[in-house]
Amino acid sequence: MLSALIAAGVLKPTAAYAAEWNKAAFEAHDTAGALKGIGAGAPADSKDLILKVPDIAENGAVVPVDVISNIPNTTSISILVEKNPSPLSASFDFANGALPEVSARLKMGQTSLVKAVAKADGKFYTAQKEVKVTVGGCGG
Amino acid sequence: MADPMKIRAQLKGDVAEIRVLMGHAMETGQRKDAAGKTIPPHFIQSMTVEVGGKKVVDGQVGTSVSRNPVFGFKVKGAKAGDKVVVSWVDNKGDKRTDEVAVA
Repeated sequence: MLSALIAAGVLKPTAAYAAEWNKAAFEAHDTAGALKGIGAGAPADSKDLILKVPDIAENGAVVPVDVISNIPNTTSISILVEKNPSPLSASFDFANGALPEVSARLKMGQTSLVKAVAKADGKFYTAQKEVKVTVGGCGG
Repeated sequence: MADPMKIRAQLKGDVAEIRVLMGHAMETGQRKDAAGKTIPPHFIQSMTVEVGGKKVVDGQVGTSVSRNPVFGFKVKGAKAGDKVVVSWVDNKGDKRTDEVAVA
């Protein structure tokens, strides 16, 4: 039955163990498109979503970002860099005891707002901060 | 074959702090080589973390994650000796899975 569905193209094999890469969201060229792609139309600002970024990044190729959600029942966190060619950087779903927090290192082409988006009880929340980039990380 | 990941999983109280370093070029598809030819994109697209046989993190990644990505996660209720398994798959279908025990 399952193999029949895969053969028919209804189910893609990768969907069996992991969600398929969200091409629409990751390839969106503006923040609105990326937010739409992850299902978050207009997330509400939240003080319970903590975004830790440097004020100034000397090297845009490696910008450390920490996101911690204190919003109850947070199940996913996404990170966006508004002025990157594709704003959505990464998106994480948490389950089975994973705390809703993540640290990562991102590339930034230029000074930009960095945005965290958390999903909790089906609603979306956001927090944002500007990072000044002195040397961009997306050039050759 | 991609280089092995470096994974550290340390127990603090009942929370395992997991840090992963993945060796990957994370090419954006926007850089050009010396001859002016665009270098095609090559980047990790998805990653998962399992602790004690249960999936705890299911991540999707885009081109703007830094070269040799580092991710940190925290998992409550983990015990010393629990197996931590981290996997990634990139846009060319290359993949890598490594594991450590919670210490």
